[in-house]
Amino acid sequence: MALLEIRDLTVDFDGPRRIRAVDHVDLSVERESCVAIVGESGSGKSQLLLACTGLLAANGRASGSVRFDGLELLGADDPAARIRGSGIGFVFQDASGSLTPHRRIGDQLAEAAVAARGITRQAALAEAERMLERVRLPQAHRHLAEYPHELSGGMRQRAAIAAALISEPMLLFADEPTTALDVTVQAEIITLLVDLCHELGMAMLIVTHDFGVVSGLADRIAVMYAGRIVESAPAARLLAGPGHPYSAGLLAAVPRLDDPPGTELRTIRGTPPRPGANLPGCRFEPRCEYARAHCRGEDPPFLTTGDDGIACHYPLKQDAQ
Amino acid sequence: MSGLLELRGVTVKYTLTGGSRRRELTAVDDVSFTLQSGEMLGLVGESGCGKSTLGRAILRLVPLSAGEVHWQGRRIDRLRRKEFRGLRRELQLVFQDPNACLDPRMTIVESVAEPLRSSEPGLPRAQRIARATALLDEVGLDSELSDRYPHQASGGQLQRAGIARALILDPRLVVCDEPVSALDVSVQGQIVNLLARIRRERGLASLFISHNLAVVAGLCERVMVMYLGRIVEIAPRAALLPAPLHPYSRMLLDSVPRISPAARRRPVAVPVATDPDAPVAGCAFAARCPHVIAHCRSELPPLQARPDGRLVACHRAAEWPGGLPPATA
Repeated sequence: MALLEIRDLTVDFDGPRRIRAVDHVDLSVERESCVAIVGESGSGKSQLLLACTGLLAANGRASGSVRFDGLELLGADDPAARIRGSGIGFVFQDASGSLTPHRRIGDQLAEAAVAARGITRQAALAEAERMLERVRLPQAHRHLAEYPHELSGGMRQRAAIAAALISEPMLLFADEPTTALDVTVQAEIITLLVDLCHELGMAMLIVTHDFGVVSGLADRIAVMYAGRIVESAPAARLLAGPGHPYSAGLLAAVPRLDDPPGTELRTIRGTPPRPGANLPGCRFEPRCEYARAHCRGEDPPFLTTGDDGIACHYPLKQDAQ
Repeated sequence: MSGLLELRGVTVKYTLTGGSRRRELTAVDDVSFTLQSGEMLGLVGESGCGKSTLGRAILRLVPLSAGEVHWQGRRIDRLRRKEFRGLRRELQLVFQDPNACLDPRMTIVESVAEPLRSSEPGLPRAQRIARATALLDEVGLDSELSDRYPHQASGGQLQRAGIARALILDPRLVVCDEPVSALDVSVQGQIVNLLARIRRERGLASLFISHNLAVVAGLCERVMVMYLGRIVEIAPRAALLPAPLHPYSRMLLDSVPRISPAARRRPVAVPVATDPDAPVAGCAFAARCPHVIAHCRSELPPLQARPDGRLVACHRAAEWPGGLPPATA
């Protein structure tokens, strides 16, 4: 059985009208593998992560099943406490989601180590320093006594990753971990995450809007649109020839250095549907270059063949790429 | 030949107060370049390299510590506030966060029309709104959105409005400060294409600032690379991309994500804690440079023309006239 098994996960938000952010999603993360969820803002990818960890906003409700290492996380009395005890780490887009501004970095890391592993404070501080070295923070010892604001954005994100890893998680949730960073630092952080997964035998579920981030990182990619997974495949297969027009559009939108000068960047026309919009057919149909009449009338089911799954009436042929 | 905009030795220093001591931080250090009429010039560098400060210094939003800014042959950095006001409309700014220029209590079309109130005081409101509406149409904002408030629109839609607001006074130069960095990749392309089209149709000059060389290179024929306050390379895009002369330009190129099914991550230089306010005698990039020699740490390399006319600030640039090859895995 996979390390993380998400089955039929649905997330609704109550309000003046009910909004469905995640719509019957299935997803698995195998041990020591990296799965990336790629989608635009509002696709529900962050809510999916938050639902797994019991961190949804107060008006959010999750249904379905999320089993981590055989343990059901949904419906637990205090799922967040369960997560902390069970070995899932969390890295956010903004390091301030992990590090509190008014305490020294060493103290924060040591506290997490004491809580998770029951070691003495002295041992925990040594462990904190070792972990800062592990995330390649130069002069780790010096940073133990510093406050988060004294570090640059990239270094603060490294410290946040150290904070997530100090409890030795089996699985790391990373929510747009590089989006707020410079391109040079993005590359450093991605390389670091890949190395750490290998070194620590850790699995990772990363969500991002940028295909540039997942290339060379993910073993498997799931593309999410308007609350649903629309395509899921091994990374190499999906990057070589996306079957869903939405995957192809996102992939083509990444700016490349080898485009001839003056090339128009490829984009996806329009904007995602508003959450909770009632579309009878394929949700991507209004923006799809390849849509036909059938697409508007009938919602395409998610069909699985072997390792691949796709929800599209007319998937792109490989030779059309 | 003097261009539309010319900077000579522009330096901006900030005084840092608070804490135990006053310190001075040189955000922009001795920057000179010329921007031609209708040119889209790229400025690329990491956070904290001073690229935004440089953009703001051109628009007189931060004071110069030294140097000169010339606009159409006329020195403008010493103009009195009142004299500068006449130029204000010719020089505009597009922000990373469009909320910086859109009033949350005004509808989008009202915010876009707002600069006309002070620049053309006699213009009736109906005409101001009509001009803003036409411009919102030009930048491709859905007409139904123009009467809504900023919080009702998406990031990409707001950036279109921010661009419209920068264009309403019909400027000759627009400084675009990371206009797409906060947007989804799928929307970035829409805004980049919009800026390219506006520039084509209006013959507008622009300084395009970004940390992503791939975005800059797609738009600009000429690119400046900035590191810790100094320009380290200025080159045409066609020369820079295949054959960067400065090791830092090479590093920026290597960090652009490449998408390929077989991609393995390239090795990335180990980060070094660079302290922007520590005095550096030699090249500021020496601490991160894979090609560093002793000379680099003692003497600052000047920005010098190479035989092909490109400008580079590196002691060793003559050793690789064909450019630096990519880092190998």
